[in-house]
Amino acid sequence: MASGITLSGVFKRFGATEVIKGIDLAIEPGEFVVLVGPSGCGKSTLLNLVAGLETLTSGDIRIGAQVVNDVPPRDRDIAMVFQSYALYPTKSVRQNITFGMQTRHVPRDRQEAALDEFSRLLQIDGLLDRKPGQLSGGQRQRVAMGRALVRQPEVFLFDEPLSNLDAKLRIEMRTEIKKLHQRLGKTVVYVTHDQIEAMTLASRIAVMDNGHIRQFAQPHEIYEDPVDLFVAGFMGSPPMNMLPGKLARDGTARAVAVEGNGAPPILFPLPGRLAARLDEPDGHEVVLGLRPEAIFAAGTELPGPDRFVFERTVGVVEPTGPDTMLVFAIGPVEAIARVRPGDAPDPGTAFSFEVDMTKAKLFDAASGLALGARTGGR
Amino acid sequence: MRARRISGIVRPRGWTTTALRGLLFAVLGLFCLYYLVPLIVMVSTSLKSLDEIREGTLLSLPQSVTVDAWVKAWDAACVGVRCDGLKPFMWNSIAMAVPAVLLSTALGAVNGYALTKWRFPGADWIFALMLFGAFIPFQVILLPMARTLGLLGLAGTVPGLILVHTVYGLAFTTLFFRNFFIGVSDGILQAARIDGAGFFRIFAGIVLPMSVPAIVVTVIWQFTQIWNDFLFGVAFTVGDSNPVTVALNNVVNTSTGVKEYNVDMAAAILAGLPTMLVYVVAGAWFVRGLSAGAVKG
Amino acid sequence: MPVSSSSGFRPGQWLERRIPVLVVSPLFALSLFFVYGFILWTAYISFTRSGVMPVYDFDGLAQYERLWSTPRWYVAIRNLFVFSGLFIAISMAIGILLAILLDQRVRGEGLIRTIYLYPMALSFIVTGTVWKWILNPGLGIERLMREAGFESFRFDWLIDGDRAIYTLVIAGVWQSSGYAMALFLAGLRSVDDEVLKAAAIDGAGPWRTYTGIVLPILRPVFLSTVIILAHLAIKSFDLVVALTGGGPGYATDMPATFMYAFAFQRSELGVAAASATMMLATIVAIIVPYLYSELRQTGR
Repeated sequence: MASGITLSGVFKRFGATEVIKGIDLAIEPGEFVVLVGPSGCGKSTLLNLVAGLETLTSGDIRIGAQVVNDVPPRDRDIAMVFQSYALYPTKSVRQNITFGMQTRHVPRDRQEAALDEFSRLLQIDGLLDRKPGQLSGGQRQRVAMGRALVRQPEVFLFDEPLSNLDAKLRIEMRTEIKKLHQRLGKTVVYVTHDQIEAMTLASRIAVMDNGHIRQFAQPHEIYEDPVDLFVAGFMGSPPMNMLPGKLARDGTARAVAVEGNGAPPILFPLPGRLAARLDEPDGHEVVLGLRPEAIFAAGTELPGPDRFVFERTVGVVEPTGPDTMLVFAIGPVEAIARVRPGDAPDPGTAFSFEVDMTKAKLFDAASGLALGARTGGR
Repeated sequence: MRARRISGIVRPRGWTTTALRGLLFAVLGLFCLYYLVPLIVMVSTSLKSLDEIREGTLLSLPQSVTVDAWVKAWDAACVGVRCDGLKPFMWNSIAMAVPAVLLSTALGAVNGYALTKWRFPGADWIFALMLFGAFIPFQVILLPMARTLGLLGLAGTVPGLILVHTVYGLAFTTLFFRNFFIGVSDGILQAARIDGAGFFRIFAGIVLPMSVPAIVVTVIWQFTQIWNDFLFGVAFTVGDSNPVTVALNNVVNTSTGVKEYNVDMAAAILAGLPTMLVYVVAGAWFVRGLSAGAVKG
Repeated sequence: MPVSSSSGFRPGQWLERRIPVLVVSPLFALSLFFVYGFILWTAYISFTRSGVMPVYDFDGLAQYERLWSTPRWYVAIRNLFVFSGLFIAISMAIGILLAILLDQRVRGEGLIRTIYLYPMALSFIVTGTVWKWILNPGLGIERLMREAGFESFRFDWLIDGDRAIYTLVIAGVWQSSGYAMALFLAGLRSVDDEVLKAAAIDGAGPWRTYTGIVLPILRPVFLSTVIILAHLAIKSFDLVVALTGGGPGYATDMPATFMYAFAFQRSELGVAAASATMMLATIVAIIVPYLYSELRQTGR
């Protein structure tokens, strides 16, 4: 079956610049792991290290049980799909797909059988005699996938494979990749900068920044319990609202005081379970993280515990179809609330917002780390 | 030239890889020698005395270095009947190359700009027809050109050569600038046109400042071509107005007197020095000119 | 120049719209006159009885008959084929070899490239002068080898009528193979890095990567390099003059030197014009289809 991948203490330097700064990662066999992060965070370099397209500076990479640090790419039992598809322009689709089998001297009949199976699966069986130049972007993508699949390796590596497709095709191919993974059950490492792709595809997501992995966890955990401000801000669209404030008391209950611009501070009461886990004293500088969907029009949801209502003037109204985003000023920042289209007011009018404080996240303003988190650390 | 970014691919290690790597450097080194030895021979011969040349071999280094040959090549070698060395002919070449390079580059810039950025009906045809001029064997225009220069009173003069080099350089300079301007976004020019700037205003204010790379490549290419030209020089000038390439050939292939190989070599180095200097100083640009000359934009 | 404002100043606008044409026209006229006019003149002269002075009476193909019954012309044609065939083949082979070798993560690549390419900056006259000295039968390589112990070594190709043409190949390749290398290296570097990574993952070794993937991609570069070298070969004049002077006798004559000799030394304008026209026809047959396809690709 599929092989797992283990990285331990991996460093990569190009000359004086350190791109990968000590990464430990254990990928289970058959897992779909997405490396996500802003451009320049080192995610593609990390993938190239796994592929053997870059040489390690230090550390160990294992595929299955074997340490592959000095194993050339062809002997790692991997296949890779590239951002530019990297099809061989002078070879036909057929030759593109079978080239890897030819170099490995796979018998002809097995080549033909594999070509037949996977070109059907990817619906490119009618294009086999064309050159890449005669294909559309989506077709090229499928050929690139075919070239990777046909050798049936233990590990698949994807380097932003969908970023050159238009939005509609991208969603289609995303679904198709997920189906293929479920069907073949091989280990996949997938690099993208698109956090929606990461959320939809991954069994686990590694969020990378500046050569480090900030968090490695299942998608819902990354979304619900980000370990720090970076992960919280990177995942989610529109992004999480980050309200700077101080720990305070509302009567005896703990709260976060968010200063208005000259206006009296708003006190967001913290739910008891979160408050109970806080060690920090009052006055400690924090960032209150509220996802847009945790702020909605007052009274439109079924009542629940730890709700908090406040009023603000709506600045901008942005309908997206299923939801409407309301942009309003709160404290020194602009916040976004996600309301039902029917509840949207006119811009410039006062509006009552309701916050589900059970979904609030609290971060240390100085370190950026989550406070009172249920799961520990990185 | 951009370097490879795939240098990090993990390769199998071992005995054969190391051996192949050694072989690679050996071959590259041998070819370095192949290209360098003539230069070394040229320099070392030019620093020997005639006696030493007759006694030693090509590769033997000068035992007593003397610059007599250089002095003679510069100042006293006989070119035909005149024995002033290459000096006056170097000046001829400079007086010919500088105006011809500037003129042909300037005209090529305007022409390429008009043909790519102000496309009018027939512009492509005009370009194709003019481009062809860069590829004709110049033998086909030698006779009528000689007569035309005669009619213009420019026969056997440096200004005549300037005219010839400008006219036949135009096709190349236009090609260079066209290839460059095709890569320049039309949006910038349209914005300038909407702002009310005209043909020359846009050219001087927007296009020229962007074209520095194209100008450098063109100037280097034209300078090399014109300085190194021999055919036009030998066909259209006589005696005193010869460019240095013709003079060098006359020094070397003179049939009178003793063969002074050291003077020949010193003269060859002198004649080749200006383009060599350009190449050493601006090698990267030179390479870009060479590949632009390959018509691949 | 007048910049017309938004008001309807007709003459200014008329001028404004035609400035590009007005700028190009004189340059195009120069080209028409100096290229196409001159070509026509030369072609016409080749159909006249012109000798020392041009005459303009049509004389049919007489000059071409004379040309093709001149033994020296046959020597020139044969030399051109021998020279360009060897010159192109060897320069290409060296160029590809060096480009591929230089593409292997070589330290000091910039310096090596500079060394390989510097002869291209030299005039063929300089090249000819140097090689004339190196190939000098008495004092050149021959002496060197004899001093090294090979007493009977002979290398007198420069004065051997049957072999002198190869000395032109030696010098020409020395000067131009670096150029071929530069063109191929630029081509190699323009191949998408990801394609090479894909080949590495597909398990192709260096040999298979180059022969199976990279070199086929470079086919256009092959074509343009052959065209450029062929063009250099057909126009070669300076190298012949400087290295062999067309000799011994006219053993190393080429069409370019043949034409020059008949035009300026023997004053047989008609034959000279006919030979120049033949040269032009050869170049046209090679260049025009090439330019046509190039312009169709790069043009919009």
